[in-house]
Amino acid sequence: MKLHLRSEFIIGSVLLLAMLVIGTINPAFWHLDNIFNLLRNNIVIGIMAMGVLLILISGGIDVSFPAFAVASAYITIKLVVFWQLPGVLLPILMSIIFGALFGLINAFFVAKFKMIPLIVTLGTGGMVRGFLLGFVGTSMININKMPRPLIDLSKLEIFSGLNADGTHYGLTVLVLFYVFTALAIHFLLKYTMLGRSIYALGGDPVSAERAGFNIPGIQTFIYCLAGALAGFAGILHNSLIWLSNPRDMMGFELDVIAAVVLGGASIFGGKGTVLGTVLGVFMLVLVKNSLIIMKVDTTWQRVVVGVIILAATAITAYRDKKTNA
Amino acid sequence: MNKTEDFISLEHVHKSFAGVHALNDLSLTIKKGEIHCLAGENGSGKSTLIKVISGIHAPSEGVIRIGDKRLKRLTPKQAIALGVQVIYQDFSLFANLTVAENLALNTNLAQNKKFVSWKNVYALAREAMAKLQIDIDLNKEVGSLPVAQKQLIAIARALMFNARLIIMDEPTTALTGKEVQVLFDIVRQIQKDGIAVLFVSHKMREMLDISERITVIRNGIKVAEGPTTDFDEKLLTYHMTGQEFTNEKYMLEVDAKETPRLEAHNYCGKGFQNINLCLHKKEVIGITGLLGSGRTELAKAFFGMQKDTKGQLLIDGKQVQLSSISEAIKNGIAYVPEDRLSEGLFLSQSIKRNILATTLDSGDSSFFIDKKGAAERATRMVAEIGIKTNNPENPVNTLSGGNQQKVVLGKWLLTNAKILILNGPTVGVDIGSKAEIHKRIRNIAQEGDLAVIMFSDDIHELVHNCNRIIIMHKGEFVDEIPARAAEENDINNRLKELV
Amino acid sequence: MLKNAQPNIRDFFNKNNNLLQLIAITVLIFVVMSALNPVKFLRYYNFESIAFSFPELGLLSIAMMIAMLTGGIDLSVVGIANFTAIIAGKLFQATLVGKDLPPSVTLMYVVLGIVIVLVVGALAGMLNGFLITRVGITPILATMGTGQLFVGFSLVITGGPAIVGFPEMWSMIGNEKVLGVAVPCWIFFIVATATAYILNKTSFGIKLMLIGTNAKAAVYSGIDKNGIILKGYMLTGVLSAITGIIMSGRTNAAKSDYGSSYVLQAVLVAVLAGTNPAGGYGTVFGVFIAVIGLMFLSSGLMIMRFSNFLVDFIWGAFLLLIMVVNYYNNKRRAACK
Repeated sequence: MKLHLRSEFIIGSVLLLAMLVIGTINPAFWHLDNIFNLLRNNIVIGIMAMGVLLILISGGIDVSFPAFAVASAYITIKLVVFWQLPGVLLPILMSIIFGALFGLINAFFVAKFKMIPLIVTLGTGGMVRGFLLGFVGTSMININKMPRPLIDLSKLEIFSGLNADGTHYGLTVLVLFYVFTALAIHFLLKYTMLGRSIYALGGDPVSAERAGFNIPGIQTFIYCLAGALAGFAGILHNSLIWLSNPRDMMGFELDVIAAVVLGGASIFGGKGTVLGTVLGVFMLVLVKNSLIIMKVDTTWQRVVVGVIILAATAITAYRDKKTNA
Repeated sequence: MNKTEDFISLEHVHKSFAGVHALNDLSLTIKKGEIHCLAGENGSGKSTLIKVISGIHAPSEGVIRIGDKRLKRLTPKQAIALGVQVIYQDFSLFANLTVAENLALNTNLAQNKKFVSWKNVYALAREAMAKLQIDIDLNKEVGSLPVAQKQLIAIARALMFNARLIIMDEPTTALTGKEVQVLFDIVRQIQKDGIAVLFVSHKMREMLDISERITVIRNGIKVAEGPTTDFDEKLLTYHMTGQEFTNEKYMLEVDAKETPRLEAHNYCGKGFQNINLCLHKKEVIGITGLLGSGRTELAKAFFGMQKDTKGQLLIDGKQVQLSSISEAIKNGIAYVPEDRLSEGLFLSQSIKRNILATTLDSGDSSFFIDKKGAAERATRMVAEIGIKTNNPENPVNTLSGGNQQKVVLGKWLLTNAKILILNGPTVGVDIGSKAEIHKRIRNIAQEGDLAVIMFSDDIHELVHNCNRIIIMHKGEFVDEIPARAAEENDINNRLKELV
Repeated sequence: MLKNAQPNIRDFFNKNNNLLQLIAITVLIFVVMSALNPVKFLRYYNFESIAFSFPELGLLSIAMMIAMLTGGIDLSVVGIANFTAIIAGKLFQATLVGKDLPPSVTLMYVVLGIVIVLVVGALAGMLNGFLITRVGITPILATMGTGQLFVGFSLVITGGPAIVGFPEMWSMIGNEKVLGVAVPCWIFFIVATATAYILNKTSFGIKLMLIGTNAKAAVYSGIDKNGIILKGYMLTGVLSAITGIIMSGRTNAAKSDYGSSYVLQAVLVAVLAGTNPAGGYGTVFGVFIAVIGLMFLSSGLMIMRFSNFLVDFIWGAFLLLIMVVNYYNNKRRAACK
């Protein structure tokens, strides 16, 4: 495909333009402090977006992952506090495993019963959220109770510096987690047969079956992986905000799906890249965060997100119409 | 018979689904390196047979013999390992992936690869291209390619598996005449490597052209078998349909002084140009042409599906501009689309609703439905057109193909149309219904004062139902043959000469 | 042969298999809940409170079903409901609050408020329909986007907190009874009956079903696909707006994020009701039964001191369970053929 038609190129250009505009309106945008903050805000949405990307490529959709993320992390932290578990590795692993197990429920219904993913994930999302609040707990685990190592983890910084007024700023090490996740998913999608089979499945399920792909197997894998990524994102989120709130991330699915679609993934399956998704996520975070910098009242945030979703999807729809005509 | 020459034999194979025999005591032998034709109407059991050979279906009875092995059934994996490859009508390609990946993906999958080396993918793809001596840009997305190239890719991909037998399911459906010749060259080239080709088709001319041996099946039973030289079109038709066609043509004296139902003067649009046509009521004309001749575009333009057409169009002497479907319907045009299932029917809805789909607004109000009138219309039409059902409230998917086609026809007869456009009027319809539908069409033309245009590539159908036949090529009318002079062979030859 | 075209009972059962199953489940829930809480569940008060609370979800579910009939979905229904209620609230704030106006004037403003709410609902639905049919955005993304817009505008208008100060007449809509039946219940039955009539007996409704079954064939039959879908989403918008009136009437307040869990629940109810999410099939009656069944379920559970969250959990599980049952039913029926 020609470079200027590739969605990565388009979104990249728009992103650059947006940054220039915002930077011109308020030069404070270019301060490392702000840039680091932006990157930090990419981490959680970005990792969840990787899971959504996989599912969209396969021709499905997932609205359950915010519930999975919150539930995995909250249950993990409760257990960590209860059992006095040490370190960061174990909690992170636990959260990932919980996420994968939740994902397995989605996989079961989608792969075994061939149910519509939207309905399944609406159901499981509601179930897991209800389970969490109904059985596990409704109260926040705040900074006093949060496991110290998780808080300390987010305080580790790759770069740091001092503002003119003497306040400290830095880039959290968790950004690396996001980078590695993105690279791993990129490798999976581009260089493994499993990854290519996801594209094949999303492109033409009938042909994929004839070719001999194990479709229930592929679906099970991606829904579990998406769950695992949600669990991962959930625990990192709690580490970043120093608390764990079982009512967190309500309505998050819209933002993340919007970011992935913004990055060029097709809601009909078969199309999408990690690079595009990373750019889409960055775009969304940029706009949401920069409203403050541009002195726009925060109540406008939702309106702006809505407009972005509609503009991005309208452009995609228009382009698809053109190429199909 | 020298058994070592055989690649695969099915012996007395039965296959039934829920008590219905799809294949009945069927035996078929494909020799090594031969081009064998499997001929049969739609629903004759051809696709079931393909699925038995490729291991998707297990036969209920009978034996499959390959070499000296006698098997109860094949699995898909076994079939592939033995060198059986099926090229489906839709090619089973991945439109969202590149040419290179489409060529290499199945090979990599079969070799149980876990990782993808793109270098290896391109090497495999180039190898596949080289085998067929073709050259297509490997980086293009398959979805953006023309049909003929997609087919080449499907063939090239099949050849990657040490194929011994390639089954081609209706391979010429979407090809132009020239492309069919290219395909045939390739099939012969494949044959030279000792690969057998099973050519599954219902197009007689092509079968006679390409094959060395023909097996004809009807209703799951083998009705004829032998070297191609033993067959001609008439005999093949007889075997496929089980009936002799009476050659009563549709002759009609047109009163030239009468205002024509439809007139076109220098009518131009996307895909066709300089169309001049004068069509009177009671006429049934046929328009044929190779794929890409512009006939589909013309048919759709008459139905208001092209916005910017140029030239003049007159209906009953009044100039019209058909820029939307509703416009066309208002002006008395009815259109029976090519693909009944995807374009004509609401499968899960009732027969009644299907029939009423075009006349929902015909009451006094365009919002409230004239319930009595609607029920009366539906009942009348079901009876009039002879739809076999005991309850018009049943969903239309409970009907046979022929009765479904009658539903599509019926919904248009209710609109008081003046001009009926039939795009492939009997595609996928069984023989009995076919004759019946043809009779109905004549009747409505005669009694309803309709002018009928049949767009079809079934020359037999046109010769026996139209009072004149027009051949279209490169978007223009190039030939017109009146019914009395129409000969199937002659028209087929004329079509073949078009390049 | 055609004279005997009266549908016989077996045909009816076959066609309405899912509906019968739904009724059976609802009756089962009722019986189980009555058995578990014989005193509290069967109390008049319980049914009264259901009568006040089910119409909101019921109407939103009907709205969702209509969107699904076209093969789409509408994730903006709650956004529209709140947005329209907030606009009405703003109107009343500007005209009524702090003034001592005669009842006739208040009534006039209330009527005006209702009209404005309905018109805004229709316009909001029209925006959805426009984006879906003319711009060509898939329904799920289009309504997701407009949902954000409506919530966003609600936030901008209110600045966050709830709008209060609806006139008393307005809250009567949500809290009064007429002839012993809750007003929201009246509204539900009137609107539901009208909707059922529109869907089954009018040319618009039948066209909507035909489009949902096979959009291409509909176009080839001369049906104005885009126009009908647009009107379908307008109807969805109007139903959402009516829900907005009931919600704000009942709570005497309007807020940008009120009832946001209704979106999922409306999808749940619509699917439970046997609506085909791919389009073409769905009944208002089915939605009514499904919503009543779920209300019995949740009120029974509440009486047993299950928390709201556990009810959510059970609803989600219930949805998946019913889908699994349908899967096996359809499989069995296919095998019988």
